[in-house]
Amino acid sequence: MNPFLDRERFLLELEQRIADLREASADQRVDLSSEIATLESRYHEILREVYGAPTPWQKVHMARHPNRPTSLDYINALDRFDELHGDRHIRDDPAVVGGMALLRGRAIVVIGQQRGRDTKENLQRNFGMVAPEGYRKVRRLALLGSRLGLPIVTFVDTKGADPGIASEEHAQSEAIAQCLVAFTEAKVPIVASVVGEGGSGGALALAIADHVIMLEHSTYSVASPEGCAAILWADASKAEEAAAHLKLTAQDLLGFGIVDEIISEPLGGANRDPANVVARVIERIDASLDRLERISVQTLLAQRYDKYRRIGAWQQETAPVGVRT
Amino acid sequence: MAPMPEWLRVRRGKNATDAAQWSKCPKCGEMIYRRDLAANLYVCTRCGHHFRMGAYDRISTIVDGDFAEIGGDVAVGDPLRWADRKSYPAKLAGDREKSGLSEAVVCGFGQVGGFDVGLGVMDFHFRGGTMGTVVGERVTMLFEEARRRHVPCLIFTASGGARMEEGMYALMQLAKTTAAVTRFMDDGNFLVSILTDPTTGGVSASFAFQADVVVAEPGAMIGFAGRRVIEQTIRQKLPEGFQTAEFLLEKGHIDMVVHRRSLKDALVRLLDYASKGAERRALAGVDA
Repeated sequence: MNPFLDRERFLLELEQRIADLREASADQRVDLSSEIATLESRYHEILREVYGAPTPWQKVHMARHPNRPTSLDYINALDRFDELHGDRHIRDDPAVVGGMALLRGRAIVVIGQQRGRDTKENLQRNFGMVAPEGYRKVRRLALLGSRLGLPIVTFVDTKGADPGIASEEHAQSEAIAQCLVAFTEAKVPIVASVVGEGGSGGALALAIADHVIMLEHSTYSVASPEGCAAILWADASKAEEAAAHLKLTAQDLLGFGIVDEIISEPLGGANRDPANVVARVIERIDASLDRLERISVQTLLAQRYDKYRRIGAWQQETAPVGVRT
Repeated sequence: MAPMPEWLRVRRGKNATDAAQWSKCPKCGEMIYRRDLAANLYVCTRCGHHFRMGAYDRISTIVDGDFAEIGGDVAVGDPLRWADRKSYPAKLAGDREKSGLSEAVVCGFGQVGGFDVGLGVMDFHFRGGTMGTVVGERVTMLFEEARRRHVPCLIFTASGGARMEEGMYALMQLAKTTAAVTRFMDDGNFLVSILTDPTTGGVSASFAFQADVVVAEPGAMIGFAGRRVIEQTIRQKLPEGFQTAEFLLEKGHIDMVVHRRSLKDALVRLLDYASKGAERRALAGVDA
């Protein structure tokens, strides 16, 4: 299912063998250093081969890796977190987690989409696909942050908004549309970090921000590759082809000016050293907030407007054919 | 039906939908002479099915007289250099040829029932009414200009959502139009969206459902996820009538379902309330 997991298992086996040899070498006072060196060089060779220059489709798998840090890994690494629940109308959506928190001593509102690591967790979290109730919780928390003057910090990690029957019955479109308004109007700095997968309007609902961070191997796209393939070619199995077209990598999006900063990951992805990645992301969020908090609310809102106003690769034609203005 | 106004004659050009003499109603199968269908506002003369309407035809049924288009010269690039079975520029050229439109939305200003309004009309015949950078830019220009003029806006939606071939640039148009809509509305201006068949994805998740009053046409399919996506995800058939305008009215998502014949009158009444409110606010000095 996930082509990375197989290759990764092989690498982990190699790691284990190297560790065993080291141990044997120490215990029995037998010199195994040349064997160890050979294995290590082979190990690094494979590591570069597997992870060196991942294709967009490989990045999609890295972004979905079960051991990649999820929103709660970042949230739990904050100084303090008090979770707030529910949309005040129907229920509490476990696919999104949020509340008040302290980030390096700074009071914030934090919101993150939460997927699971295994089937059981994923069923509980609905694979991180947020329902309208969840987006209404997001909106409520964003308004709370704006009203209380608490900067808003979000973690984006979703294939897309939940596409089920109940979600349509509870007005998914309206829930997302009103999230977009709340983030557009929030009178506090907003920093969004795309830590896993950012899929469609369901991701953007948490990502209208003054500063957008992306991890090196995260993806962010107008639709998930599967969704795009289904929409364009009525064939979700062409997802790999869609991934190549969509320009969904952090490097593409930094070039487009759609994200503001990329945070590097260890070779092989954030799953290979989660604690380090989590700490660096939090440090960069803190630095961005330091900068944004020096800007007046009025200027902040004007800059946010201009930022999104500029995005678009349109051009004015001098002599359009058949259209009069 | 009133004679075709001059602006419409100039702009419409050759419209493929007019080429065929007869149209078949997709709902009841009735064969209808094209001129009769147009005279009946593109509503089936037998079963009342509302056909998808071309943007300029729509405008001619809504405005009192003249219509001044804006943003017509905003033209698309190919930001991702997209090419699958066909290149993106080739797809656009094909749709321009077929639809007689330069893009999937027409925006401008005119009068409706004597009220000055900004009018945005999407057209499903161009790339399924999808929103890319041109649609986003034109809609944004409409709201910015309407805000300057301090006039209400009517926006007719018909869209399959964000345009895949423009990738994240397309998704960012949700953020851009939301910013413009928000400023427009925060200044006390009135926005009505009229959801026509179909309104889904990024367009339904932005300005369609950010309006003060949300109107829909009978039978219009409206939702976030399309039918195919839902059925593939949940692996079961959706019930009859799911995601129709009537279904949404019953669920409390929209304000009213209005037959095309009564639509202009309904819109004029809404504009009248808003205009009276604006007068009152001006007198009380509460306007920005």
